[in-house]
Amino acid sequence: MASIALQDLAHSYFADPKSESDFALKEVNHTWADGHAYALLGPSGCGKTTLLNIMSGLLQPTRGRILFDDVDVTTASTAERNIAQVFQFPVVYDTMTVGENLAFPLRNRRKDVQYVSDRVDQVAQMIGLEEHLHRKSRGLTADLKQKISLGRGVVREDVNAVLFDEPLTVIDPHLKWELRTQLKALHREFGHTMIYVTHDQTEALTFAEKVVVMHEGRVVQIGTPRELFETPAHVFVGYFIGSPGMNFLPIGLEGNQAIIHGEKIDLAQDYGNPDGEIVLGVRPEFARLTKDKGLPIRINRIQDAGRRKFVNANLFGTQINIVVDAGVEIEADMTNVAFDPRNISIFRNDWRIEGRATGTGAEGWS
Amino acid sequence: MQRSTNQRAWFLVLPVLVLVAFSSVIPMMTVVNYSFQDSFGGNEFFWVGLEWYRELLRSERLWDALGRQLLFSSIILLIEIPLGILVALCMPKKGWLASLCLVLMALPLLIPYNVVGTIWQVFGRADIGLLGRSLSDLGISFNYAQNAFDAWAIVVVMDVWHWTSLVALLAYAGLRSIPVAYYQAARIDQASRWSVFRFIELPKMRGVLIIAVLLRFMDSFMIYTEPFVLTGGGPGNATTFLSIDLVKMALGQFDLGPAAAFSLMYFLAILLISYVFYTVMISSDKAEPQS
Repeated sequence: MASIALQDLAHSYFADPKSESDFALKEVNHTWADGHAYALLGPSGCGKTTLLNIMSGLLQPTRGRILFDDVDVTTASTAERNIAQVFQFPVVYDTMTVGENLAFPLRNRRKDVQYVSDRVDQVAQMIGLEEHLHRKSRGLTADLKQKISLGRGVVREDVNAVLFDEPLTVIDPHLKWELRTQLKALHREFGHTMIYVTHDQTEALTFAEKVVVMHEGRVVQIGTPRELFETPAHVFVGYFIGSPGMNFLPIGLEGNQAIIHGEKIDLAQDYGNPDGEIVLGVRPEFARLTKDKGLPIRINRIQDAGRRKFVNANLFGTQINIVVDAGVEIEADMTNVAFDPRNISIFRNDWRIEGRATGTGAEGWS
Repeated sequence: MQRSTNQRAWFLVLPVLVLVAFSSVIPMMTVVNYSFQDSFGGNEFFWVGLEWYRELLRSERLWDALGRQLLFSSIILLIEIPLGILVALCMPKKGWLASLCLVLMALPLLIPYNVVGTIWQVFGRADIGLLGRSLSDLGISFNYAQNAFDAWAIVVVMDVWHWTSLVALLAYAGLRSIPVAYYQAARIDQASRWSVFRFIELPKMRGVLIIAVLLRFMDSFMIYTEPFVLTGGGPGNATTFLSIDLVKMALGQFDLGPAAAFSLMYFLAILLISYVFYTVMISSDKAEPQS
């Protein structure tokens, strides 16, 4: 086991990258602490898999270094790095039995026969494969095959990290929960560093202690699920985390007030008067329909999702979403929207900025 | 639901039935007809029953030809299948070099059979052929027209030259269809090159290899043109395979009755062996658990 440090890591699939847009991975500086469970979250094509393949040694980065416990392994082979990786598409060795599949990584490393069989039994029991151990792997269902892949990933005790590349994509939804729970159990039991790549925020937020959000080849924020939700560091995080995502309004800033179409919105902090493109972000959960307070809106539609209602409305030509608890009645004269000042984020040129606390602005909300 | 019987659909099948009748059933029935009769020319036929079949089954000539044929097919399969796989493994995976390889590999398959025979006939001649002359200059006596072993050697080498690319192309297609994740997983699992071949590539090529073995077996079992042009079945009867023998009987000696019986047994033998082979291959596939 080791902590894994990425220093100025960048990768391009072109032999001779010229501009920044040629890079699939722009520049990544990050250290994965030993024994933690991380999720690497981002939309398809943002460089997640590239980053994973660089860490496991399947790809050589164009620039930068990778350190395992301060040892440079940038040019080391996959075998030398001692990393396990589970792929999106289940990989099983068809002609072997399930047990032989699990034993394969250990046998290739010439482990003691008794140890191999003990370890295979232990892992098979953890992920619920014990009754299949002596079956041929050919013709198994996708979820059993992926369980075998997961098992081969965690069967080696001494791996530096286990990397998962969207491992549940091909699994039926009702089995996803089960497998994800087993993964968490495996993490608790074996204490491997786990890095889990996904584009599914629910998967990322439920699996990981810390979520690394990637966008267009860059890490835009690293934080706990709560931090990502409450204080997104970049407009992309606000948009990508949460369902529906954050509402964004182009505004002007004057101290602790945001100006939009001549109307003022009170803020909890004093931001001064910064230049650049200023955007106000507020989550639908922190917006509220009111009768007279706040800004005037025109409601487009209301979707009742049982526990909550989703309101879509027009605010000065911008579409915004508001989440209303099922217990709250929406009345005909609720034509205004108010935002919770403590949960308003201000972004300057896409990145979050912090102001000075003023202690005002919170009143009148709850 | 009311279901009415309507037999008019048969009219739509009729053209196919007529076509098949004229293209295969009727010609084949004339062969069946010949095999039960004797003819002394003048279009006069005498019923002999199963006499030709009995005579053929007792004749050493047929059994010798069959033995040579089986030996030839076995040698061909034993060389061409592993060699084809090896070639496929060594071929470049992408880029213009891969395309070039594919074109070059396909070339022997595009040459007419009798031209292949002629090429090797000239190539192997001890007096003027590049191969034969080089060998004799090296002090190796090589004469496929007189030495049975040399004749076998050149026929086998010719067939390997002609058909290994087919196996290689099939195997190459099989290899290309393996998702890259398998190779990545093997690297993560620290599998040796041999393990990658044994546990990933070979199982994934299984389907195309079954087809390759079947095609090569049937084709080599029916081989006629190339050895006929190259050795004419000689020296003696050393390279007289079944179909060469059959043509000698039917057209050389004009023994229509025995030749007809011969071709029917030949046909049944190919059908039987291919069927058994196919069934065994497929059932071994099914024997493994499915879910």
